[in-house]
Amino acid sequence: MFAEYTTSELLSIFAMQGVAGLILFSVFVLMALGLAIIFGQMGVINMAHGEFMILGAYVTYLTSELFSAYLPDYFSSYFILAMILAFIAAGLLGALVEWLMLRHLYQRPLDTLLATWGLSLILQQAYRTIFGAREVGVTLPDWLMGSYPLTDTIELPINGLFVMCLALGISLTVGILMYRSRWGTQVRAVVQNRPMAGAVGINTARVDRLTFALGCGIAGVAGSAFTMIGSTGPTSGQLYIVDTFLVVVFGGAASLLGTIASAFTISQAQSTMEFFLSGSMSKVLTLLFVVFILMLRPQGLFSLKVRR
Amino acid sequence: MTIKPASLLPGGNLMGYALLALLLLLVLPLALDLFRLNLIGKYLTYAFVAVGLVLCWGYGGILSLGQGVFFGLGGYAMAMFLKLEASDPESTKIQSTPGIPDFMDWNQLTELPWFWQPFHSFSFTLLAIVLVPAIIAMVIGLAMFTRRVGGVYFAIITQALAAILTILIIGQQGYTGGVNGMTDLRTLMGFDIRTDGAKYLFYYLCVLLLFGCLGLAHYISKSKLGRLLVAMRDKEDRVRFSGYDVAAFKIFVFCMAGVFSAIGGAMFTLQVGFMSPTLVGIVPSIEMVIFCAVGGRLSLIGAVYGALLVNFAKTSFSESFPELWLFAMGGLFIAVVMAFPNGLAGLYNSYVAPHLARLIARWLPATTEPAAVPAIEAKQPQGAQP
Repeated sequence: MFAEYTTSELLSIFAMQGVAGLILFSVFVLMALGLAIIFGQMGVINMAHGEFMILGAYVTYLTSELFSAYLPDYFSSYFILAMILAFIAAGLLGALVEWLMLRHLYQRPLDTLLATWGLSLILQQAYRTIFGAREVGVTLPDWLMGSYPLTDTIELPINGLFVMCLALGISLTVGILMYRSRWGTQVRAVVQNRPMAGAVGINTARVDRLTFALGCGIAGVAGSAFTMIGSTGPTSGQLYIVDTFLVVVFGGAASLLGTIASAFTISQAQSTMEFFLSGSMSKVLTLLFVVFILMLRPQGLFSLKVRR
Repeated sequence: MTIKPASLLPGGNLMGYALLALLLLLVLPLALDLFRLNLIGKYLTYAFVAVGLVLCWGYGGILSLGQGVFFGLGGYAMAMFLKLEASDPESTKIQSTPGIPDFMDWNQLTELPWFWQPFHSFSFTLLAIVLVPAIIAMVIGLAMFTRRVGGVYFAIITQALAAILTILIIGQQGYTGGVNGMTDLRTLMGFDIRTDGAKYLFYYLCVLLLFGCLGLAHYISKSKLGRLLVAMRDKEDRVRFSGYDVAAFKIFVFCMAGVFSAIGGAMFTLQVGFMSPTLVGIVPSIEMVIFCAVGGRLSLIGAVYGALLVNFAKTSFSESFPELWLFAMGGLFIAVVMAFPNGLAGLYNSYVAPHLARLIARWLPATTEPAAVPAIEAKQPQGAQP
């Protein structure tokens, strides 16, 4: 299989596949982080997570259209604003959903799954009605286009690098927020023992709402980043929801580090196999591999040792 | 033997099944034209899945989001047999390799793959429809339940399995017909399945099989096994400490639900005349859960009505307001979870049944038995009340 390639060609192939895998990994991390916060910390299955992501993508699309129509001079910097807007829009919608729906369902995790699935159908149809069934793409500013030549044969796409940096930045922020801030302590206290957390004066309802909003907001940013790599349609979110859930479950639901590690494993496995096998087979094998590992180790790769 | 008023209620056992049988065997065939009746037959194939889910989810507390996998396995097994019969060397002689299904020829396959060979035999096909899903469900169950994976994790993993099977079917076009599925199915043992007579026959066969499954499920739910399932759902550890092998019961009920779904899938292929991956994946699998939830997750009869009503609504909405259908479906999901978690059966039990019970008690003053709804049907899953 490798006979027709020289060593240096092989090296660059592996490097390029590795970079492609890293970009996929960054997207997975962005998508899974929000879900890991919501599922891991609150135990809520948010099947509408993909739709929150798409909301971010559509906000980015709208911002880019607005800038190119009214503020063409500042077009190069619209992306930063778009990401902030995407975070706010998705976060607000998340808070609203939590208030209207989820806070009544915390005792029934399986039912949150069905209710948020219903929400995802409604959002999909709403996007289809508002933006049309066709996929939309954004025009990237110049500084995000092109690629950075590392050697003669290896090139790094700049938008991919940007997504990687973004994923790194957001992971660090979330990590600090969860493990080094007062708010993070409150969230973890509520997760571990809700009545006790309430008894020591934590407003658990408010913590829940903020946590959910934060998770959705990160999904919005993920969607915003996603527009740099692919185009956005009303049903794009649904394509990724199973992958994202597997990433979170595989990593061990309550561990952010586990989420990142499992996103890395899954994305690398998939992009490396894609080179040798057809896309669908590599996907099937990756999913089967994950399911198989989960059968052996149901609690995921990294799990908290908790006495029950 | 005196008849208890409770069993005369439409929610009670005897009368409920009798009414359903009357509706499906007599009223609908007389009232609807063949096209609509065929549609009802199609909806009823989903009712098999919903009945399985009542056992598995309502009683056992195991939410499977991968019932489409079993529906698909049953449907594909039947479709493979029909497809082989439709592609005899005589009618496929224009192909470069006569005697193999047309989609294989299009994908440059020159001989029938090994796993297709046994589907020449009808008895093997019938066995496969029951056994393949049962074995797969058992393997999944053994791997999951003996390691005490449950609840949400099980739901996500079964959902991943539905995704895997869909991707596999679509990707392996030469072996499975790809995204178009298996179409152009003609005869079953020389008997044309597209005629009006065949459609009536399959409709009645479907109803009878459904009642078979309902009877079996009813028997299970009223037996000690049914009580154990409910006990496991509510306090799994206590059942385990009492010395029961919890995993074995879960595996059994999951296999049961899988086999029911597969029978539904096979009947789907016979009545609709094709099978495709759009009936296997994540979206149809989760829709099947909503049929069960709308009917009431603890009511076997409710599951049938739920499947009929939701699908009827789906067809009529998509005919007249295709835009609104997803809104309606999404709203239905949310409403059924938030407003009436016990579905139609719950509404019926709390609003209609007491009035009917009073009426019947007036007609039958001789019996002193209080008209109560059966204990399990009325009992809600733990924490189900908002």
